[in-house]
Amino acid sequence: MSPPAPVEARPVRPVGPLVIAIEGVTKLYQMGEETIHALRGVSLEIRRNEYLAIMGPSGSGKSTLMNMLGCLDTPTAGKYEFNGHDVAGMVDDELAEIRNREIGFVFQTFNLLPRSDALRNVELPLIYGGVPTHERHERARQTLIDVGLGNRIHHKPNELSGGQRQRVAIARALVNRPSIILADEPTGNLDSKTGVEILALFNDLYEKGNTLIVVTHEESVARHARRIIRLHDGLIESDGPAY
Amino acid sequence: MNEILRMAFGALGVNKLRSFLTMSGITIGVFSVIGVMTAVSALRGSIEVGLSFLGSNMFQFSRFPAFGVNGNDEHKYLARRRFTLDQAQRYIEFMAGTADVICLKAFANGNPVVQASYGNHKTTKRVTFGGTNQYFLKANQFEIGTGRNFTPEDMDLVRPVAIIGQDIITKLFPSENPMGKLIKANERTYTVIGTFASKGTMFGSSEDNIIMIPITRFLMDFGAEKYSVNIATEAPSQQVYNATMEKGITAMRVARGLRPEQDNDFEIYSNDTLIAAFAKVADVISSGALIISAIALLAAGVGIMNIMLVSVTERTKEIGVRKAVGARKILILTQFLVESVVLSVTGGLVGILLGTIAGDVLASLLSAQIIFPWGWATAGVTVCSAIGVVFGMYPAWKAASLDPIEALRFE
Repeated sequence: MSPPAPVEARPVRPVGPLVIAIEGVTKLYQMGEETIHALRGVSLEIRRNEYLAIMGPSGSGKSTLMNMLGCLDTPTAGKYEFNGHDVAGMVDDELAEIRNREIGFVFQTFNLLPRSDALRNVELPLIYGGVPTHERHERARQTLIDVGLGNRIHHKPNELSGGQRQRVAIARALVNRPSIILADEPTGNLDSKTGVEILALFNDLYEKGNTLIVVTHEESVARHARRIIRLHDGLIESDGPAY
Repeated sequence: MNEILRMAFGALGVNKLRSFLTMSGITIGVFSVIGVMTAVSALRGSIEVGLSFLGSNMFQFSRFPAFGVNGNDEHKYLARRRFTLDQAQRYIEFMAGTADVICLKAFANGNPVVQASYGNHKTTKRVTFGGTNQYFLKANQFEIGTGRNFTPEDMDLVRPVAIIGQDIITKLFPSENPMGKLIKANERTYTVIGTFASKGTMFGSSEDNIIMIPITRFLMDFGAEKYSVNIATEAPSQQVYNATMEKGITAMRVARGLRPEQDNDFEIYSNDTLIAAFAKVADVISSGALIISAIALLAAGVGIMNIMLVSVTERTKEIGVRKAVGARKILILTQFLVESVVLSVTGGLVGILLGTIAGDVLASLLSAQIIFPWGWATAGVTVCSAIGVVFGMYPAWKAASLDPIEALRFE
């Protein structure tokens, strides 16, 4: 599955204000007797309306960095500010609130609730955000229409194709109008044609002013981004434009 | 909150069989207590509003207490002397002028088992068979259907005559008039002189499957030494009831030849004491049912906890997704708690419904008024909610405390 390389350079949009500021972040895990240094001091800034790919082989600290950017985890040491808020010192429920309002997740395996229809899956962040029922329905429906699933609103995940499922997941990530969309191998479970469609959708979202972070080990996917960060052994190896 | 309820019902609907099996534990526990309580309350209510063990203003002597003789006391009562016909007749003499309606009776009560026959027709294997006097009707609220009551002459002359109930007529005389016919009971022959009007059933047994003969005849034919005579006295009015009972006790002591320093070697009971005795039995049954249900509910609670733990493990990924999109701890906790409470309360409601039906069916078989046990039903719902919360707390807490990263990685 390698989508064709872009023929022409993609336009890079002017970046906005600072969203994420990470400075000297380390993360240690205790695995039995052994201490694993997943991140050894990473510094990074991400601004609004960037399209960023994070790359690296397994064990490079890619997943750890992604979890941290997604506020699922906090650093062992170092500074992490999200829209000016100090994430490093937050407790679980505060992190949950940041995730709810500021971050949209797209997973490799979609992670939809299997028993709920598309609309209800998309509504989930709004439910936890306390959005009133009527507004919730309206926003979820509109978001599904935006990702091209206006005619699949009441289908359950098992009645949808892989690409459609990932679109539902993307709608779920978008519905709260988050500051960043964090995608973990978003095309990993899709055939190449569908993968290209999803990447085209990401490009649309970027064009509309969204901030995207895609974590991947595939060059062909990373090349759709405008900026690529490469990790190796818990350190940033390179950080620069995609082409 | 609305949304959380919706999620809980949705989740339970997925595993219908499992939810049903888990609920049925609670259902059984609640069913047993509600069933027993409904039946007992219905009986108690009916007894209090007028079902009488004895005719009004009656009191009665007996060797044994009405209910609740337990093993330890049994020998004490068995050691008591029987009431003989002699004692009864002396008692009647002493009471003359104070109370004239004194019913004497003694029943075969399986010793021996009595089956009556007329030609080829036979009664059921076990009929109520006994001896009595002319006051049987009054003391036991029987009425003569056809023919005549016993007379003092029947007693004095030890006549082999019988009054029979409707069930006996149906069995022995399907197409004949029983009056004047000779029926056989345990190799003895009695002439039918009357029939009892139908009484229906009491406490589940027919009161119409009955043959009564003069008590003098009964004791002669079946052996005076085997039976104790039950003596029921009717006070002339409610006003003199207590005075009559006082005098009756004195008369009985004299008739039994008790010296002043000796205790009564007999029981005396009235409607009130019988109702009180019944209440005591009912309390024992109720507390037994409570204990059994408590154990059943405890077991059911453990079942709920088990199934909720399984459910949390199965849905680890779902919990991860919910946390990733911003569910706070308390919301995950509430979702799983609501699930376990819904399980246990639904089970409880079904138990209340079935228990009430079963209790009322039992109560109506015993000809008591049917009731709905509001108090017990409320208690049942409360206890079930508590079970849901207590046994659901640990699984729910476990779900709420999952690390979202680990949970999302779970396969």
